[in-house]
Amino acid sequence: MKKDQPLIDLLREQGVSRRGFLKFCAVTASMMALPPSMVPAIAKALEQARRPSVIWLSFQECTGCTESLTRSHAPTVENLIFNAISLDYDHTLQAAAGVAAEEARETAMKENWGKYLLVVEGSIPTGNPGFSTIAGVSNVQTLEEVAKGAAAVIAVGSCASYGGLPHAAPNPTGAVQVSDLVKDKPVVNIPGCPPIPVVITGVLTHFLTFGRLPELDSLGRPLAFYGNSIHDRCYRRPFYERGQFAETFDDEGAKKGWCLYRLGCKGPVTYNACATTKWNDGTSFPIESGHGCLGCSQPDFWDMGGFYKALSQPSATPVSGMAAAAGVGVAAGLGAGWLARQRQVEAKEKEDRS
Amino acid sequence: MTLLEFARGYAMNWAIVLFIAGMIWRLVGVLLLFRHTDLSRPRNTHTFWGGLRTVFTRFWPHKVFVRPTLFHLATGYVLHVGLLIVIFFFVPHILYFKNLLGVEWPGLPNNAVMVAGVLTLGALVAFLARRLIHPVMRKISGWDDYFSWLVTALPVATGLLAFAHLGLRYETMLAIHILSVALLLAWFPFGKLAHAILFIPSRAQLGAWFQRRGVRA
Repeated sequence: MKKDQPLIDLLREQGVSRRGFLKFCAVTASMMALPPSMVPAIAKALEQARRPSVIWLSFQECTGCTESLTRSHAPTVENLIFNAISLDYDHTLQAAAGVAAEEARETAMKENWGKYLLVVEGSIPTGNPGFSTIAGVSNVQTLEEVAKGAAAVIAVGSCASYGGLPHAAPNPTGAVQVSDLVKDKPVVNIPGCPPIPVVITGVLTHFLTFGRLPELDSLGRPLAFYGNSIHDRCYRRPFYERGQFAETFDDEGAKKGWCLYRLGCKGPVTYNACATTKWNDGTSFPIESGHGCLGCSQPDFWDMGGFYKALSQPSATPVSGMAAAAGVGVAAGLGAGWLARQRQVEAKEKEDRS
Repeated sequence: MTLLEFARGYAMNWAIVLFIAGMIWRLVGVLLLFRHTDLSRPRNTHTFWGGLRTVFTRFWPHKVFVRPTLFHLATGYVLHVGLLIVIFFFVPHILYFKNLLGVEWPGLPNNAVMVAGVLTLGALVAFLARRLIHPVMRKISGWDDYFSWLVTALPVATGLLAFAHLGLRYETMLAIHILSVALLLAWFPFGKLAHAILFIPSRAQLGAWFQRRGVRA
């Protein structure tokens, strides 16, 4: 692939028809809640777009996000577009290349200074620099160095977006999210464990079309994909309204597809496109497969009191605190009772004297 | 830590601790008080049953007082029955009690609970309006009355808003709802809201006296 070759030529070479390409543009516009009039604009921008240089850094992560993308339903236009970007450096895919890979990153940074996209997967440890290194360089140092010349930073997955599993209490590595360290560049979070592949391609398309990142919510996520809660879009919502809940994963309620709230579903407080975009080529999403939402696109979802604890239940029951409170209550009551009796006795004595 | 995590964790736990300690303090303190010595000859010695009877008979006024207190009676019943339904028959609330006490019971459909919630809020507003409009009520109302009204109305209002997905984002509204419940629990033993529990010993004591003196009331 030639670097300066327009994206449309690359897609054509890979057998994507004009109709398929426009369909992708229309679907992308629809998903991102853009008006239909924007479809030609997206098509035009993509046709003229040169392959953007992308540097993909992997820090404290499980590679699940990369797995999600590389094993997404294939082959699709989204995949091809994704393949067509100039992925100049990917730590996971190029690990075996060693020094050559690091040189490729440095060259890409030099040639595309100020224009390349930086994709980050994984959280960054701020404790001991040796907790996570690439080619002997700490993750903090690598991120700071690469982010300097980036046009924008895309934090892929919950670890990069919010710290994820490494950030879970007690956060032994001092893990932080990308936006905690990168302050002078636009950062877009695409959380999820893993995130939905089409959300990443959607954000890339938006960047290629408009030259800027899409509108974000208060947690730095693209509103087009994270604007609604899972609960709002859940097909099991009517059962919630009727108070019909599955109580175990194999009871009658579960077989009838009733609401999974009692089984710990975090759909009401989780914002993502799972219920509409779905997974595995639009086949289903976790709730459709019979399991409650874990809330994986929300910050600190590991520490929300347990995956199987209903949202209305306290994250921890203060048993010892309750016992101590009862003890304090009895002691205070005895004291108050004794004082009141003393007062009653004194009043009676005063009355008898007078 | 998000607001919701704080509400579901520290805030609620401390509120429960305060509620238990405060309520036991007040109950033990009240039960330890000396009873007045009644030197008259008892007309009846079944004072326990008399006390127990009065706990229940006072749920409805004597027929002479029904008409004059009709507004209070009707609104009071709507408020209290509504609160009972909303607190104890909404499935997410039942799950909370299950987590705390280990027992559960059947719930009602969410929409039925919502109707009860709206009626409850209406009754609360009606009571507040009467308190503000009626000259005598306004005269005898103090800080405790208004604050107790507020901490009762807040959980109902925020719960309805969270349920209907109105106002702020759901997780924020849910967190505010839980925090308002925490405020209610923390205030409960120390203000007039404690009547929800203290009415039992006070009615029982009165009933026991009446029984001893042969009063039929």
